[in-house]
Amino acid sequence: MFLQLLVTGLVVGSIYALVALGFVLIYKASDCINFAQGEFLLVGAYVALWVVTTQNVPFLPAVMLTLCLALALGALVERTVLRPFIGEPIISVIMATIGLASLMRGLTQLIWGTDTMIYPPVFPQEPIYLGEVVISQVYLWSFGLALLLLAIFSLFFKFTTTGIVMRAVADDQQAALSMGISVKKVFAITWAIAALVAAVGGILLGNINGVNSSLAHLGLKVLPVAILGGLDSIPGAILGGFIIGVLENLAGGYLDPIFGGGVKEVVPFVILVIILLVRPYGLFGKEVIERV
Amino acid sequence: MRPKFPFVMDCGLFTTSYQEDMAVLFSPAAKIKVAAIIAFFLVLPYFVSPYFISVVNLIAIAVIGALGLNILVGFTGQISIGHGAFMGVGAYTVGILTTKVGLSYWAALPLAGIMAAMVGAVFGIPSLRLKGLYLAIATLAAQVIIVYTIIHWTSLTNGSAGIVIDAPRLGSASMADDRNFYYFAMLLCLTAIVCTVNLFRSRVGRAFMAVRDRDLAAAVMGINLLKYKVMSFGLSAFYAGIAGALLAAYLRVITVENFTVEVSIQYLAMIIIGGLGSVMGSIYGAAFMTLLPIFLRSAADFFGSFLPNIAHFLLSMQTALFGLIIILFLIFEPEGLAKLWKDIKEYFRLWPFSY
Repeated sequence: MFLQLLVTGLVVGSIYALVALGFVLIYKASDCINFAQGEFLLVGAYVALWVVTTQNVPFLPAVMLTLCLALALGALVERTVLRPFIGEPIISVIMATIGLASLMRGLTQLIWGTDTMIYPPVFPQEPIYLGEVVISQVYLWSFGLALLLLAIFSLFFKFTTTGIVMRAVADDQQAALSMGISVKKVFAITWAIAALVAAVGGILLGNINGVNSSLAHLGLKVLPVAILGGLDSIPGAILGGFIIGVLENLAGGYLDPIFGGGVKEVVPFVILVIILLVRPYGLFGKEVIERV
Repeated sequence: MRPKFPFVMDCGLFTTSYQEDMAVLFSPAAKIKVAAIIAFFLVLPYFVSPYFISVVNLIAIAVIGALGLNILVGFTGQISIGHGAFMGVGAYTVGILTTKVGLSYWAALPLAGIMAAMVGAVFGIPSLRLKGLYLAIATLAAQVIIVYTIIHWTSLTNGSAGIVIDAPRLGSASMADDRNFYYFAMLLCLTAIVCTVNLFRSRVGRAFMAVRDRDLAAAVMGINLLKYKVMSFGLSAFYAGIAGALLAAYLRVITVENFTVEVSIQYLAMIIIGGLGSVMGSIYGAAFMTLLPIFLRSAADFFGSFLPNIAHFLLSMQTALFGLIIILFLIFEPEGLAKLWKDIKEYFRLWPFSY
């Protein structure tokens, strides 16, 4: 049982890592946390589903189309909602993204209703057996995709001009401005990328559980992941995803009989409180020293 | 202060002693205004329908909760996304004490506030090290953990089935009657408002504001940060606990759905829309957020005759509109309805002259 829980935790953790990546990207570039990340997930999942089922587009082109739309949506949201909050107090930014979450959830419900919608089978249904451990193929795909995206983003931040510019903005906005970097453009790119990552996560999750508005709750559930890894560390988000995924599955497996179920839901938050008390900046986050 | 004809508008504040300067109601006009408002609310239930009274009751409960949250967020600058859970602690304390222990509601009510305050203070302890974003997430964790405890500690809370309590009685007056409850809720609401207004004329209140404006500077000036931050969390949760206990008495069924993270967000929206760091703002915001779904429903009923499907969309529209209003207020009037109302008054004070 331990091995099964461990492997399940790892693959579930890879999805957490994907979603947490979006949080971290936005936090890194603009010091703002996006409480609407779960809703970006939802929109991505719905759009891809809609394109596949009603427009009869094959899965891969549909995903490509969705990703393009997600990029546009992210940039649009940054321009209309977040731009006025540059330099505003943190509570305003938090509330703005909470408002955004509510707005997007309401709109998706208006358009697609509240019933659970199922993807046509895309990934092969039969699970893979590794010794005595069983994994369904969707999870393997998401595991692979998470690792791939991690690699892509690490290279992106290290070698491309855009990536370096984004790091510069994250490090010091004023210094970046004085070097002739357009901070606004960087923010727009960041949000676009975060929306893209969320859409990938949404499509994968939609394939696993079907799509309904409860998908958006993952946005909140992934917060502990981002905090554990450190809000401004991309490797931290990935590792945090795996750690939380494994821990919650182990806790769920062993503690559910004692506490009467649902331990999985609360364990990430208990871990979160402990991390915040011991290492508020997470495993790899940058420790901020405050001076008067 | 020289005696003045009370119906003349002020053209300035003229005080000759510190006592006058510190007075809450510093002009005869203000005293008359407050007396008129109290009189209005005293006679109101005799002129309106029971439905209207029930709406006002809900607003009164929301005002108490919003005041509490505003003490924490607006005046002390500590973000909390766990207010709904603290209300739940209050409500469940009343439920458990009245049904399982057999205490009367009137004894359980203050205990509910104290219980919520203790829980709030415990979750406030991390606020010493955590700021802004991290604190928001810590309080979110508090919300999730409290709700989980409520659902899964079935022997104490009946789990998702909830607790049913009897309507509290005062002599022969049962609080099941909307009008009796109205006076009870209004009394508590008024007490909460007066306490909050007075709090910010005291050392504690000023310390809260110093912490909000720059906590390190406040610490340098000799304010014990841990003490005041935890006190602010506790006080805020106390208000939440009382509001939760009132809600329990009003609904008489205590279920966890009334205290979810959505409720916490709704209270945050109240104080943002009403005005952060404003007592009047908490009242306007609470009224606004309570009335919004009611207006939407009647609007849907009205348009329902032309567009038959509109009722179907009501809930989603409510969610979307709720988000939209928060964003619009944050962008265009970050200081909320309180500032808006003040601006309107300022404009008409000098109207038709520009200054």
